[in-house]
Amino acid sequence: MTELISKVPEGPLELKWSKHKADIKVVSPANKRKMEIIVIGTGLGGASAAASLGELGYNVKVFCISDSPRRAHSIAAQGGINAAKNYQNDNDSIYRLFYDTIKGGDYRSREANVYRLAEVSNNIIDQCVAQGVPFARDYGGLLDNRSFGGAQVSRTFYARGQTGQQLLLGAYAALNRAVSKGQVKSYPRHEMLDLVIINGEAKGIIARNLTNGKIERFGAHAVVLASGGYGNTYFLSTNAMNSNGSAAWQCYKKGAFFANPCFAQIHPTCIPIHGDQQSKLTLMSESLRNDGRIWVPKKLEDAKKLQEGKIKGSQIPEEDRDYYLERRYPAFGNLVPRDVASRAAKERCDAGYGVNNTGKAVFLDFKDAIKRLGKEVVDARYGNLFDMYKEITDVDPHDEPMMIYPAIHYTMGGLWVDYNLMTTIPGLYAIGEANFSDHGGNRLGASALMQGLADGYFILPYTIGDYLAGKFKEPKTDTNAPEFEAAEKAVQAKIDKLMNIKGKKTVDAFHKELGHIMWEYVGMARNEAGLKKAIELIQALKKEFWSNVYVAGETGVFNQELEKALRVADFLEIGELMARDALNRNESCGGHFREEMQTEEGETKRDDVNYMYVAAWEYKGEDKQPELHKEPLKFEFAHVATRNYKD
Amino acid sequence: MNFTLKVWRQRDAKSKGHFETYQVKDISEGTSFLEMMDILNEQLIGEKIDPVAFDKGCHGNQSGPVSFDHDCREGICGACSLYINGRAHGPESGVTTCQLYMRKFKDGSTITIEPWRSRGFPVIKDLVVDRGAYDKILQAGGFISVNTGGVPDANAIPIPKKNADESMDAASCVGCGACAATCKNGSAMLFVAARVSSLALLPQGKVEGARRAKAMVAKMDELGFGACTNTRACEMECPKHITVSHIARLNREFLTAKFKD
Repeated sequence: MTELISKVPEGPLELKWSKHKADIKVVSPANKRKMEIIVIGTGLGGASAAASLGELGYNVKVFCISDSPRRAHSIAAQGGINAAKNYQNDNDSIYRLFYDTIKGGDYRSREANVYRLAEVSNNIIDQCVAQGVPFARDYGGLLDNRSFGGAQVSRTFYARGQTGQQLLLGAYAALNRAVSKGQVKSYPRHEMLDLVIINGEAKGIIARNLTNGKIERFGAHAVVLASGGYGNTYFLSTNAMNSNGSAAWQCYKKGAFFANPCFAQIHPTCIPIHGDQQSKLTLMSESLRNDGRIWVPKKLEDAKKLQEGKIKGSQIPEEDRDYYLERRYPAFGNLVPRDVASRAAKERCDAGYGVNNTGKAVFLDFKDAIKRLGKEVVDARYGNLFDMYKEITDVDPHDEPMMIYPAIHYTMGGLWVDYNLMTTIPGLYAIGEANFSDHGGNRLGASALMQGLADGYFILPYTIGDYLAGKFKEPKTDTNAPEFEAAEKAVQAKIDKLMNIKGKKTVDAFHKELGHIMWEYVGMARNEAGLKKAIELIQALKKEFWSNVYVAGETGVFNQELEKALRVADFLEIGELMARDALNRNESCGGHFREEMQTEEGETKRDDVNYMYVAAWEYKGEDKQPELHKEPLKFEFAHVATRNYKD
Repeated sequence: MNFTLKVWRQRDAKSKGHFETYQVKDISEGTSFLEMMDILNEQLIGEKIDPVAFDKGCHGNQSGPVSFDHDCREGICGACSLYINGRAHGPESGVTTCQLYMRKFKDGSTITIEPWRSRGFPVIKDLVVDRGAYDKILQAGGFISVNTGGVPDANAIPIPKKNADESMDAASCVGCGACAATCKNGSAMLFVAARVSSLALLPQGKVEGARRAKAMVAKMDELGFGACTNTRACEMECPKHITVSHIARLNREFLTAKFKD
């Protein structure tokens, strides 16, 4: 088993990044003009990276699967973005943000990366304001903040309930400016289907032009993957319908290690599932937990009446309500981290206290907030979320408490990267949700936006120079090279194979079935027997997929069924690796809850002696077991302790 | 609930399109409009797999599943874009198609579904159109010219809350294209105005306000969008309630710029 080299610089925590920046090489402006970089994805990570690299003088090609870069799923992030500005004078600091993030991640993230993230967080807010992002402001004209889960300070900057949208529009605007100056070329409706490696280095991609179905080749000196997470493995999630793990998965199959795939985040505040025809789950921002109180009835008979639709939540008197988060975690109350809040909801519902017809819902109540702040203030903070909830459920949260239930939301795992954000394939970088490095076993709210923009604006543009500095004499990559030829043929063969199966089941039917397996056995609570069963079931489903799927339409044209089929083919493999990783990690930490490993109170029980490492998996070939590599996690500065949100 | 769907089918940009009629049955009230489209597509694919075994009375004529743009299904990405019963994003005001629920329709009714129809948005397939023109308009000037790094502290410039809020109202635009698709002139004025106005309301955006307004309007004209004749249809159909007051601000910016020339 090889030990992975993280390339974390020596020295005191707060000097590591400055020292590293001073040590790494830079590329001269004249040489930057000769170099090409491919960026996959246009969410916060991809758009900010592409724009920043273009500004530096590199020739950038940026790809997205949507019809416009602006539609990447970062746009749907609601609540906010963290930064250690300490504008509220509540004793926040870079160190506190770092510490909260490490602790929130249950000590399974890399210390130096997390510190750097906290360090550049303040630059992000400055950058966004300069771009014209209309963050919320107070009457004095200065920026406003709100609190988020896992923190006791107010450090979250926000733009109503549309923070992701506004940050992405800022990055997209920077990207548009770079396009207008000829620094970046944008390729919308293009999907990366393979990575091309020449002499062991990432040199380009094979992409499908989704408008006309043509397979195209693109070469570069380096490839940056910013393609997001793989939460849609579960079919039902808060991810957008087209979000997928395929670009990262192709890189894994070409040799990039995949780290901590089992760490998936289940978000506590989503609108409950209504039926089997549902296509996706809708998130209600975590910011709602600032003022909303989560509860279920104290009495089972009340829960029963709610489940039968005989009474409404508002009819249950105060003394019969169990504000279980405030009861169990008095220090943080409704603002415990996401994994804790999700499991607590599951615990109550499993015990029979669920409040809707499926028994899988809890209340999120604004009665007290409206009483305390007035309807106007509550509407100013959450108005658009209330509207969205009402539109979907036909219930007005002003009158009746919202119903919520946990759903898959984000994946902390991703391609393994070193401190420079480079994967195990030289020249291939992974940023944002596509990598694994910053959130450990659980991501704190308002930190995904922070990480995407930190990587894209302030980290990758520096670290990629260190790699490219040695490459400026290399000519432009020749896309007629045999490696491109072979990769394109393999892609075409895969497509032809899929189209020619002409089986009896639709692509969606397979995806739904996979989703059921994943949620049942690799969901909020996992155990050895269940995970072993999941692996068997997924393997069988994969076999059936490749012999019985029906992909409608033709190849060389616009074909959404084929797009889905290619993604589901990969989800089937990603799901298996997630289960394998969950089986290997015989401890509970963050979002990964192994039923065998819990305290008497039902809290997660980490095993720091045996599992304080990053599990990085190496692809070994079709139907072969992947090989596990470990990167030990060392905590030189943060004090490793059991997470405590009680006192 | 049961519905008769009249859906626009068009093989590609060059082909002539036509309507096909389908039946969907047993749709629950809480189903979203796009989930209903998913159900239709599962039926249409099923009929291709085995017309007898999968017969759900849908009666597709073998054209296969209907293509339509969609992604977040939370009303924020702006990908969905259907013309439903003659209205952009359907009968409800203030929502995108993905946030439209079947309880808003009468059981047993006929629903007509078309793509955006606008010169600026050519059809790619069925209900999918090419909105690349909107990217091009923004590339012409819909940004503040700052590089990454070297910017002042975020609290260095206080901005009146009212201006920040109004800027945010305009910035809520999701770039779906409903405004241009609804406009009888095929004008993208509301889209352009939303961006120009959002940035013009902020001190950091004011600096190049005149240049921005001119460049974006010129690009809009160049790409074949029509002129604004103040019918306010765009405002009616905007899923994000962006008002024509932003067009007034755009006009101010534009005229000031022209006078200075």
